[in-house]
Amino acid sequence: MSGAPALSVSGLSRSFGGLTAVRNVALDVQPGERRALIGPNGAGKTTLFNIIAGEIPPSEGRVTLFGRDVTRLAPHRRTALGLARTFQVNTLFPSLTVLENLLLAVHGVERTRLHLHRPLAAYGDLCDRARSVLDRVGLSGGEERTVRTLSHGEQRQLEVGMALASSPRLLLLDEPMAGLSRAEAQRFTSLLQELDPAMSLLMIEHDMDVVFGVAERITVLHHGQVVADGTRDEVRRSPLVAEIYLGTG
Amino acid sequence: MADRSDTAAGSGVRSEPWARRLRAGAIVAGVALLAAPPVLPGYALTLLTQILIYAIFAMSLDLLLGYTGLASLGHAAYFGLGAYAVGILSTGHQASFWTCLGAALLLATAVAAVFGLVAIRALGVYFLMITLALGMVVWGLAFRWVSLTMGDNGIAGIARPSLVPGLSLSDPLRFYYLALAAFVLSFAILLRLVRSPFGLSLRGIRETERRMRALGYDVWLHKYLAFVLSGAFAGLAGALWAYYDGFVSPVEVHLVTSVETLLMVAVGGPGTLVGPVVGAAVLVLSKNLLSLYTKRWLLVLGLVYIGVIVLAPKGIVGALRGERR
Repeated sequence: MSGAPALSVSGLSRSFGGLTAVRNVALDVQPGERRALIGPNGAGKTTLFNIIAGEIPPSEGRVTLFGRDVTRLAPHRRTALGLARTFQVNTLFPSLTVLENLLLAVHGVERTRLHLHRPLAAYGDLCDRARSVLDRVGLSGGEERTVRTLSHGEQRQLEVGMALASSPRLLLLDEPMAGLSRAEAQRFTSLLQELDPAMSLLMIEHDMDVVFGVAERITVLHHGQVVADGTRDEVRRSPLVAEIYLGTG
Repeated sequence: MADRSDTAAGSGVRSEPWARRLRAGAIVAGVALLAAPPVLPGYALTLLTQILIYAIFAMSLDLLLGYTGLASLGHAAYFGLGAYAVGILSTGHQASFWTCLGAALLLATAVAAVFGLVAIRALGVYFLMITLALGMVVWGLAFRWVSLTMGDNGIAGIARPSLVPGLSLSDPLRFYYLALAAFVLSFAILLRLVRSPFGLSLRGIRETERRMRALGYDVWLHKYLAFVLSGAFAGLAGALWAYYDGFVSPVEVHLVTSVETLLMVAVGGPGTLVGPVVGAAVLVLSKNLLSLYTKRWLLVLGLVYIGVIVLAPKGIVGALRGERR
């Protein structure tokens, strides 16, 4: 570990016209840390993710990844640094097969992504890596299926598998459990618990069983601002969080 | 065409029944293309040569349209640049075949590399408009730069080349084999390309650009490379066409040529390599054969096109593969 946080965000704001979606947010994720980002709908969680991933620039503030200032860096360059993310709504390649989807993810962080002279099957180790993800997210045996024929749950599994396939150092999960059944969510929770301990995880999730089961630290966002930040027990006990997030005011 | 025929699957991992049928069909077609011409009547040989040249052109466009999802309305520009390079150098400067071919490829590639810088930034319908505009620029040059291009009159009298001194291709049969060799080479190169990681990345961009960026791909760069490569193959087709036809005029760079090529890809099956070949055959044959019977052959072609769009939106090859969606 270099000592630098995997992710550090400071003074981050973003307005869309008159609406300030994210307001002066500061947030650190240390190497190996599991952190959840919670808050009611419209709190600015996904906007914050999009800024961290580089899809939208912040109005103000700074983002650093592994000690490097990436505030102005393009999304694909952040991925090359070791960032991976999933999307709230499945963002896959519907007419490609499951294996082809994962191969795109595996090649995306390798120089081979620009190779145009050898067939995909010639990259044996990368194919193996893609197939190993298949087993981890519970899609083994389905590699030749076209993604649009998968169920929502299976697509959700692939959505997470795509992010894992690049062996990231920092993983951003945007509501990975959305639309999953109870059993699927439980299976997924254990998958998340078994992830490489050196990897950092920042996860938006509404399912509190998952949040408390996976995350050590929790950041609460409300109206674009950080209103609480602490260990899961601190946050669980915080009356303020209960009031604004759980609505028991 | 001994190569296994790709039809979009591309990963090269699958071997479904249609893939095997298609491979068998490709071998039969390959043998026929090699063996039959010496006994074919001259007119049939002419049509076959046209089909092969247009097939290269259509495959080059399909790299953009079918694989990358970029609909270009100005692809005739690169075809025309290749044709004009041959026309100008071979008539004005008596340049050899290899010099002309090299110049044609270089010119088409270089112009695609410059135009790509402008065009690739645009998305969707704006890409269509920009490629249309850039295509019109080239057409305007061909039409107006009379001292170089002879304007509307075109450049006539382009002689069939000699591969090496003494091996003249003026005989239609020999020229046919040149076109066949160029086609097989182009098909093989493009097949390798679409099955490579780069080829898969193009299909990924066609489907979901946003995810591609998140996965680490410089989407602009991949589109740009596809654009330039596509221009190079269009230039090759244009060079062959100039030698085949013996004549180059602004028609070669006109919008109508771009649209015809889009039709070939759409009718044959976008996102496959065999599709554009089938489409080229359908268009060249209907253009030449239907026009024997009716002046309204374009009308018939229009009906065929509408029929394909309604009944087989993935083109003829797509329909044969059972993808009617």
